[in-house]
Formats: sequence, structure tokens, C-alpha cells
Amino acid sequence: MSAASAVFRRELLLAARRPAEWAQPLVFYAIVALLFPLGIEAHDPALKVFAPAIVWVGALLAALLGVERIFRGDLEDGTLEQLLLADAPAPLLVAAKLGAHWLLTALPLVVAAPFLGIALGLEPLAVKVLTLSLLLGTPTLMFTGGFAAALTVGAQRAGILLPILVLPLMTPAVIFGGGAVRAAASGLSFDAPLYFLGALLALTVTLLPFATAGALRNAIE
Amino acid sequence: MPIPSLQVPRLQVSGLAVARGDRNVVEALGFAVAAGEILHIRGRNGAGKTSLLEVLCGLRTPAAGTIDGQPDAEHRHWLGHKNALNPALSPDENLRFWCALSGHVDADVGQALQRVGLKAQRHRPCGSLSTGQRRRAALARLLALPRPWWFLDEPLAGLDHAGIDLLAELLDAHGRGGGAALVTSHQPLPQGVAGVRTLELRS
Repeated sequence: MSAASAVFRRELLLAARRPAEWAQPLVFYAIVALLFPLGIEAHDPALKVFAPAIVWVGALLAALLGVERIFRGDLEDGTLEQLLLADAPAPLLVAAKLGAHWLLTALPLVVAAPFLGIALGLEPLAVKVLTLSLLLGTPTLMFTGGFAAALTVGAQRAGILLPILVLPLMTPAVIFGGGAVRAAASGLSFDAPLYFLGALLALTVTLLPFATAGALRNAIE
Repeated sequence: MPIPSLQVPRLQVSGLAVARGDRNVVEALGFAVAAGEILHIRGRNGAGKTSLLEVLCGLRTPAAGTIDGQPDAEHRHWLGHKNALNPALSPDENLRFWCALSGHVDADVGQALQRVGLKAQRHRPCGSLSTGQRRRAALARLLALPRPWWFLDEPLAGLDHAGIDLLAELLDAHGRGGGAALVTSHQPLPQGVAGVRTLELRS
């Protein structure tokens, strides 16, 4: 675990050196969500209907912003081959790296979500469910994005390839996340979509680091 | 810095084939390296030196043949074309990360950087260092974490005369201390390194 902790701390140190990189998704997210009310009338009831989708799609796009860079720098400076040669299991190191990225770029989106939900006119219960759904769903977005980033890290045009590859994989999280908030806003039971999000979280966080490490190994061979 | 007293197994290679793309760049290769030896792998550009070293180190899988006594991660250092230094971090921070990754948080990074002549640059971002200074910082990793097997790919690249002399001293001390090294270079290794054998790759 000390190796994973070393990777985690290194990511935090690098983020402290480049604050713009981790602040960018949050700013983007806030702009996307807050510009929507300006596009339609502020008291239009449609805003409340679309709010779950706006916040969730905003979170997905914001999470995608920095994903391409997750492994690219490490590939370019030789860190990646050293990490794959290290004594510690590569999936553990990958999980630590993606965990740090989640903390730095996705957790702020979760923290900002209640404010955006209120701004978009959601009821208190729907705001709570929105935040909980993002808390469960954003690690799935991050680990799925990390896997796609590993698959495309050696590709010349990863910027185009990555979103095409990753969007279908991220779709279930958006469907269940948005669905949970819609259900809460309509006074229906929202347990089932949250359970699905939890199941997706368990699957992606436990299995994708192995696939990601395999894709990275493939990239350096 | 002394190498931890370990029973260094002999690295024995037989019938080895290394593929790059759809062709074998190395075929039917056999040799052995024991403790105290420095194996200089020579060959022209494209002869397969780097690919061979990557296979021996475990970064690639061989197309054919066997490698007995291949050192595990705890007992080997890999120094590739790239220095594994993040440009936003200083040599000190980069080395401390590699030491922590191996569980050696108390490694004497300062002494290793001083030995390679980077005392003054210790806390400057690696991105602001010259090519040669970054190579020296990468060499400091070999000293901060003493391990018996060194796999060095073109370690002379980017080093000035003093840097080449430094590498010769490090290799010589490593061999005399019971370590072994496999070094690819298309140019001769510097004078003053004991126990050097040469493997010429022809393809």
C-alpha cells in the first residue's frame, strides 16, 4: 500500500504545481450548468425537468476534459515504464492514480452539485439525490475514462478517439444518475437507479484498474 | 553506496529471439552474465539493442528462447532512453517518489544527487535542467536505491565528458561491489570500468 500512497501523494503534489489543470473541469462544469437558465426563461418549468440531465451531462463532459492527459505525461517522460516495472502491482498503482484524479477533478463537481441543483430549481430531496448520485457515479466516469485514456495513450489522435470510445461506456452512469434525480423530483422511489450506480461503481473500481494496467502495458510494448 | 548482500543469480539467456513489429531483430542469442560483470551490448542502429534490453528487463516478452535468473523488480534498475523525471518536480522530489514507491522512504536522496553533481540543482524543476543534468538525475536513482542489476539503455546519451567519467566510476564501483550491469551503447564504454565484456549484435 505504500507504493499506492506514493503515487497518490505524487498526483497531489503535481496538482499543487498546476492548479489550473484540476480547476478547469469545475469552472467548465459551473459555466455549462449556469448558462442553461440564461438560454431559456428563468422560471420556465422545463428547467426543473431538464436539471438532472444538465448537471449529469455537465459532470460527464467536465470529467472527460482532463482524462486524456492522465497517462500521457507519464508515457512521454518514461514514468509509465518504470511504474509497470515496479515491485507493486500495476492495477493498484493505476487505481491510486485514478483515485487521486477523482479527488482532484470530480469531487469538486460533487461538492458544487447542490448549488447548481438549487440554481436550476430542484427541490431539496432531488438536490440530495443528485449529490448522492454524483458521488456514486463520478468514480465510474473517472475509472472508465482512465481505461479509455490507457487504450489511446499511444495514439496520435487520441483527442478525437477517446470521446468516441468513452461515451458509450459512460452512458449507463448518466442514465441511472439522471433517472434517480428525476424519480426523486417526481416523488417516486429512487432506490433502484442508485443501486445500479452502486453496482457500476463496484464493478468499475475493482475491475477496470486491471484492464487499464493491461492497456498501459500494451502501449509501451 | 554498498549493494545489499544478496545472492545474485546468474542471468542465463539461450535461444533468445526478440521481435519488433513483424520481424525478429535478434535471433538464437545465448549468453550469460554473472555478478561483478558489465555486459556492453553493441550494435549499429536498428540492431535490436533496446528491444533486447527491454526483453531482458521484463518490459517485453521474448518471441522465443529462455531467460533464467531474470531479476525481479526489487533487484533491478531500468534506465531507458527516457529519464522518468516529471518536469514539474525537482530531482529531489522525483527521486523521493521512486524511493517511496519501493518502500524506501528513508533513502539518502541528497547524497545520491550530490554524488552525480546536482547538489545545486536539487530543488529546481527538472523541466529547467539541461539534458545532461536530467540524465545525471536519472543516474542518481541507481545510487539512491542500491540494487544488484542495472539495465542501462544508452546511458551515455546527453552526458558531457565529466558525466561520462562519472558513469564509468559508477559502473566500476557497481561491478566491484558485486553488482552486474547490461549496458547498450553504440559507442565504446569509457575507460576504467573493470569486468566489461562485449556482446556484438549483428542483424
